[in-house]
Amino acid sequence: MISILLASLITLNGAGGSFPAPLYQKWTYQYSQAHEEVNVNYQSVGSSAGIKQIKAGTLDFAGTDAPMSDEDLKKEGIAQFPMVAGSVVPIVNLPGVASGKLVLSGEIVADIFRGEIRVWNDPRIKALNPELKLPKLPITVVHRGDGSGTTFVWTSFLSRVSEKWASEIGSGAIVTWPVGLAGQKNPGVCGMVSRVKGSIGYTELTYALEAKIPVATIPNEKVLGLTYLLIRDDLAPRKRAALNEYVRWCFDFGGKTAEELNYIPLEKSEVDLIKTTYLK
Amino acid sequence: MSERVFKSLTFAAASLTVVLAASFLIVLWFSGFEAWKTFGLKFLFTDVWNPSSGEFGALGALSGTLFTSLLALLIATPLAFAAAMWASDAPKWIASPLSRAMDMLAAIPSVIFGMWGIDFICPHFGFSLFSASLILSIMILPYITAVMRDVITMTPDVLKESAYGLGATRFEVVKDVILSFGKNGLAGGIFIGLGRALGETMAVLFVAGGLNMIPSGLFDGCTTIASALANDFAEAEGLHRSVLFALGFILLMLEFAIQILAQLYLKRGKIK
Repeated sequence: MISILLASLITLNGAGGSFPAPLYQKWTYQYSQAHEEVNVNYQSVGSSAGIKQIKAGTLDFAGTDAPMSDEDLKKEGIAQFPMVAGSVVPIVNLPGVASGKLVLSGEIVADIFRGEIRVWNDPRIKALNPELKLPKLPITVVHRGDGSGTTFVWTSFLSRVSEKWASEIGSGAIVTWPVGLAGQKNPGVCGMVSRVKGSIGYTELTYALEAKIPVATIPNEKVLGLTYLLIRDDLAPRKRAALNEYVRWCFDFGGKTAEELNYIPLEKSEVDLIKTTYLK
Repeated sequence: MSERVFKSLTFAAASLTVVLAASFLIVLWFSGFEAWKTFGLKFLFTDVWNPSSGEFGALGALSGTLFTSLLALLIATPLAFAAAMWASDAPKWIASPLSRAMDMLAAIPSVIFGMWGIDFICPHFGFSLFSASLILSIMILPYITAVMRDVITMTPDVLKESAYGLGATRFEVVKDVILSFGKNGLAGGIFIGLGRALGETMAVLFVAGGLNMIPSGLFDGCTTIASALANDFAEAEGLHRSVLFALGFILLMLEFAIQILAQLYLKRGKIK
């Protein structure tokens, strides 16, 4: 009896970006609870590590927020499609400044991350925050130390709002940061920011809310990023069918959980396209 | 017959460790060969670290490794010497439980030190070279103390007593008798501490700040070879991966050198 059960149990192993991890971990849990025959799991190892593992064929699916290039996908025989959108927010540790109170502009954030603005009472920051008493505290920038889709989303944003950023540093899962400390994945960045006075970092929104770290506001700017799923074309048919079933379930029934965790589900037209293209 | 079997078995076991050590070196060398070929000796003297453009230099991590380890020694050595002096001279009923407590410090897994450091050291000193050195100094303290304790106990009582007999003060006995008698053994203890500090990974990864560049101040973030390997290895491909093996090779050579020095001094100090 037990052996029959074991034989029919399908385990789908996924890993990758920490950006969608809170959501994926909830989805896989809910799905595995409701479907006895399938066990899906997702490990938060970072986008770059996820890509490396799916290329090596050690995973059934991977998550990344920095998409692979079409050329790479073709060469490796991997399908890639978006799952959900999420936002990246600047987080700060400034004594006496509550969440959402500090106002920054895209350009100022870029100049802080470029190391040009170095103290919190800089005139340009003061000009946007006339009612705050900004301390004469050095700014400590905190960024990711591992290859990260969150970094890709964040640096794409900085490249869009600052020409200097675009020409000097650019965007990517790993960039050469001019200043700052390096944390491990989203929780590591949150941990560093919460422990270093005067620090500023960036993280996926859910992590900031969970860790109760004050968020800075950038008016009229939402730093949005898509997170992608990667599936190998040569995945065993039985596993592929189960994985397709799971992904369809995420699109059809996972929207509420996604919104609860502050992610943004895809439009129905996008979902339909993904279903017909990748989940037949 | 059985003795011959036993002999060859033990010989095989003993040579296995040597073969293992040698094969580690060989694997590290060949896996890192692409890095050495690409950058040459310049690899040792630049601190660029740019995985996206494929430019790498070892100096950032190497300097972080040396700075944190040496600063840790600077903090730990006087403490260890004082503790060892006290433990070797205090009444047995208190010296022996306290010595054992110091040895217990060595049993704490390094990741625990890291967790403690993040919450109790970093809020004061940031994620920095200094925080890493402080954690390292606590971690190597029991090793240095243990060796120094043995060295100091081995100073013949006759020597000490005759110095006291000549009117030497306690300080003079320490300075002129114990230090000069045991200097090789004490140096051996320091090298053992250094060896451990150089290779420490988790605790440093937690508190150093993870920046692969030459630190310009005590409170700058930095990284060490061991923690850079732990950070990057899971996702590194191609040249980046080869560079990490080259870093591993450098670390292993450093450790070998320190080990040899430690053995040499301990032997001269007649302590095994």
